Amino acid sequence: MKSPLNKGIGAEALSFRYGAKTALEDVSFSVAQGTFCALLGPNGAGKSTLYALLTRLLVAPQGHIRIAGHDLGQDPRAALARMGVVFQQPTLDLDLSVRQNLRYFAALHGIARADMPRRIDRALSRLGMAERAGEKVRALNGGHRRRTELARALLHDPQVLLLDEPTVGLDAASREAITAHAHDLAEQGMCVLWATHLTDEIRDTDRLLVLHRGRVLADGIARDIRAGAPLKDWFLSRTGLAA
Amino acid sequence: MSAAADVTPYLRAMQAIMAREFLRFVHQRSRFFAALLRPLVWLLAFAAGFRAALGLSITPPYQTYITYEVYIVPGLCAMVLLFNGMQSSLSLVYDREMGSMRLLLTSPLPRWWLLLSRLLASTAISIVQVYAFLGVAALFGITLPALGYVTVLPGLVLGGVMLGALGLVLSSFIRQLENFAGVMNFVIFPMFFLSSALYPLWKMAESSVLLRDICAVNPFTHVVELIRFLLYVELNWSALGWTVLATAVLGGLAIWAYDPARGLTNRGG
Repeated sequence: MKSPLNKGIGAEALSFRYGAKTALEDVSFSVAQGTFCALLGPNGAGKSTLYALLTRLLVAPQGHIRIAGHDLGQDPRAALARMGVVFQQPTLDLDLSVRQNLRYFAALHGIARADMPRRIDRALSRLGMAERAGEKVRALNGGHRRRTELARALLHDPQVLLLDEPTVGLDAASREAITAHAHDLAEQGMCVLWATHLTDEIRDTDRLLVLHRGRVLADGIARDIRAGAPLKDWFLSRTGLAA
Repeated sequence: MSAAADVTPYLRAMQAIMAREFLRFVHQRSRFFAALLRPLVWLLAFAAGFRAALGLSITPPYQTYITYEVYIVPGLCAMVLLFNGMQSSLSLVYDREMGSMRLLLTSPLPRWWLLLSRLLASTAISIVQVYAFLGVAALFGITLPALGYVTVLPGLVLGGVMLGALGLVLSSFIRQLENFAGVMNFVIFPMFFLSSALYPLWKMAESSVLLRDICAVNPFTHVVELIRFLLYVELNWSALGWTVLATAVLGGLAIWAYDPARGLTNRGG
């Protein structure tokens, strides 16, 4: 009731446990349209569980999730249709071409066949991947594979984009390119949730949500949260991981 | 929103899932040859040896004395379905480890439809393999009534879906690829050997009635018998009934096993 109806993400009182182990405890937040929100947390903080809940790979016994104004529990299909996801694990078929991978995804999202080439070309050129459309994914380097996955996640014009540690294993240049692109998407009006454990991917003006031991530790603008200290130091001191 | 909602996205997704499975299959040529070689080894090596040891009297659907090679052909067709169903579940475990299962399950289509599409795709691939096997068997002189090659098709579809559903259920309980060896030992081999694939049930009863009874409740036996009769353009109603029942139960279990409230990643990490 408190969170304003928005086109972004709304999570209310989410809790989840694996048997006796609590993974998330009373997690609430909302991210509005046109916002880049970094979800920062050390390994094991509950980021992956939160992503599994947001993408409905898991269903939380308690709490509610709204995606682009649709309740994920009550109307999962409408919510999923408005969501683009880049998973932490690679999800491309290595033996298929970039275009074949994107066509597969487009079909899973019910995009009309006549509409596919236009959307695929647009998404690929957006990420500078147009000339690689015919290449097999196996032949691509890690950065290009990630870009392909991001292009794929944008095919159906989602309003909400979820990325789960998308820069893992990438070199500095590819990391920078993907991070910048995600920020551009937010500026263009998308709601972007970017999970990471790397503080250098977060800009001072970004919205920042810090998750630690399954709870929200901080929620605000990165600059305000770090309060003068480097974000990395603040993060290490608050999560108890400082050397 | 109406009941006559557009079914095009459903069919498009099913077609895409099938196309993907076929492309993967084509890329794994070794898998095709393994699938072809396995029943042929049984047919040409095992059956030749057993031919002398096993005399088979005339029982339906056969109308004359048959050689052992002829007897085990339907069982070997079912074996292709069984191995392929399990192979498909193996690739599901792989898909899940690799994350592509997530991609499938976050599609805005109903989950049961996605699973059914996956099941039909793997069944279609099994059926291609069964016909390839029947073709090679024919080259070795083991032929069936011409119409039987057509009438067996619905039986192969049903059997393939049933064994694929079993694979789905198993895959939901297997967390890691390494555990799959256990499936071979505890599911595939018992199902295959404790069935009418290699010996008729009456022959089995001569050595042990208990063994015969176990074979009789094994759903794989009914798939074998369904295929056996259909290959001779006859319908074994009881085999059909049991196979339909097993398909319904396993299909329901598969949908339950992949219910997000139970959780795809519920068991750990």
